[in-house]
Amino acid sequence: MTGAGMAPRELLTDRLMLGLVALVALVLGMPSLKPLFATLFPRLDRPLYEAESFVSLTLDHMALVGLSSLAAILLGGGAGIAVTRPWGREFRGLLETVATMGQTFPPVAVLALAVPVMGFGAEPALIALTLYALLPVVENTVAGLDGVPAAVLDSARGLGMGPAAVLFRVELPLAAPVILAGIRTAVIINVGTAAIASTVGAKTLGLPIIVGLNGSNQAYVIQGALIVAALAVVIDAGFDRLAGWLTRWSQR
Amino acid sequence: MTDRLPLHNRVALLMALAVAVAALALPFLGFAPNRLLSGRPVPLWPALQGLDGVAVLLPGLVLLTAPFLRPTRAGLGLTIAAGGLFTTGLVWLAGAQAASLAQGASAAARTSFASGFWVMAAAGLLTAIDAARRLGLGAVGRLAVGGAVAGLVALQLASGHLDALSILKEYANRREVFADAVLRHATLVVAALIPTLLVGIPLGVAAHRVQAVGRAVFPVLNVVQTVPSIALFGLLMAPLAALGALLPGSGISGVGPLPAVIALTLYSLLPIVRNTAVGLDGVPSPVREAARGMGLTPRQVFLRVDLPLALPVFLSGLRITVVQAVGLAAVAALIGAGGLGAIMFQGLFANALDLVLLGAVPVILLAVAADALLSIGIAAATHRIGVLPGRSAP
Repeated sequence: MTGAGMAPRELLTDRLMLGLVALVALVLGMPSLKPLFATLFPRLDRPLYEAESFVSLTLDHMALVGLSSLAAILLGGGAGIAVTRPWGREFRGLLETVATMGQTFPPVAVLALAVPVMGFGAEPALIALTLYALLPVVENTVAGLDGVPAAVLDSARGLGMGPAAVLFRVELPLAAPVILAGIRTAVIINVGTAAIASTVGAKTLGLPIIVGLNGSNQAYVIQGALIVAALAVVIDAGFDRLAGWLTRWSQR
Repeated sequence: MTDRLPLHNRVALLMALAVAVAALALPFLGFAPNRLLSGRPVPLWPALQGLDGVAVLLPGLVLLTAPFLRPTRAGLGLTIAAGGLFTTGLVWLAGAQAASLAQGASAAARTSFASGFWVMAAAGLLTAIDAARRLGLGAVGRLAVGGAVAGLVALQLASGHLDALSILKEYANRREVFADAVLRHATLVVAALIPTLLVGIPLGVAAHRVQAVGRAVFPVLNVVQTVPSIALFGLLMAPLAALGALLPGSGISGVGPLPAVIALTLYSLLPIVRNTAVGLDGVPSPVREAARGMGLTPRQVFLRVDLPLALPVFLSGLRITVVQAVGLAAVAALIGAGGLGAIMFQGLFANALDLVLLGAVPVILLAVAADALLSIGIAAATHRIGVLPGRSAP
């Protein structure tokens, strides 16, 4: 089911397309829903969150998630590759222990602990999100590279490939679906944690929710929650599509 | 005597380097005149001179030699002991330092852990954990090492040795609030677990038996799992508030524990339903057929064959659920559900960092403790059924 050859009927039931349309409509059209929120919540003086535009909050949210995920992919992927090489094998147990133990730490607690260590703002949120996203990426990179059959590696080396060629042309392509699953877990967790990061001073889609909860403004809460939920569903559907492509590509 | 020291443990070497750098370059503690001002750094070196310093110096010196110890039982055992005692020694020294800094300072003065403490404590623990793994200790053995360290810290807590540290001053100010919060936090998790198990297990069994059930249920639960917790809490508020307005006297409200328990249940269902179904799917059909051939009724086959064989996978689902629920319950404090998250967010909103620690650290400890307990359960359940052919342990 690729975008180009899609029948109109499929387009209507496609989760990614529907979600994307809903997300864009919500982000751009929220101000025009002001009369609706005014009717639903007649007692509120301000039925629409207007301190920041939803467009800028969404972009900031995506930037925080994108940067932290990118850093986690580079660092976590690098660490995962390092401990599966002969020279790094000794650190593998330690890295796996840290990744497993770290994932039992609730993300919200990790985020909160960043404040006593680094203060308030977007930077501690970025570092906390990066640290947390590292764990599933590391775990799946190691698992994915581990799953490459030894016979395949042997024949690649037999063909005269050097270690770098084996890694980039054989191991990483074969491990890609498993690594992508780890990245997906990390990104989805980060979309949610970035929303909570509004409590530590980062401007994200969580801000209308937090402001609404503290000021008993249910309209703000719904506006922020709808957009952040749509964003998460769209990103998840996007990963679904990506995983499908990757599987077909690696089977070719 | 050779020219070069024989290096046996590069992990211990990395950790020893981290300890050395943290001891020399990073502040051990922070000392502030009151809880709102940021503290001045207190380095480790002067603190080591007293008698209390021995608690850190002795295991610390052993830790520095750990990279060069032979990987024998004795060498690795010594490394485990040094790593664990180094971490507990740091806690002891921090308590003693805080007490001496408190003398002659006002009652509002605060001594809190600084980056050097955290780096050294983590390095000590990781050295011990890695050595335990090298020694070939299983999950239970490693938990015993962790339990011993936790026990030594708990003893110091109970003896009052750590009372001058800021996090405990914060605790002393709100002893009752804290106890209520822990209880409320656990209650939220358990209150969500009961409906989850009542609905999730039958749903998992149904998904195992009828494929169409799985096809209908899993996409819905997957989408729920994708929605950020704070958004789900927020979206549940308005409908529940409207319902409460329609049914006055029902006690239904958009804030408080009810929406929290509903959201926690929705999140908890996926791991339970999925692992119940996957666990049952994994029971080899020859085993089931053999049981039927022996004359067991379908009910007996389910209770005596399916259930025990699916138990380890089910328990790993329960572990995911409980650990996740402990964290989500902290977020639920934002909608007035109470619990440890309430202390944590109160600290964040009031810029009281010790209060943040008092909320966040117990949340992590609760999650780690639940994880450890259920790991033991999984190990026991797996051990009981032994290893079946063609079936890998969860």
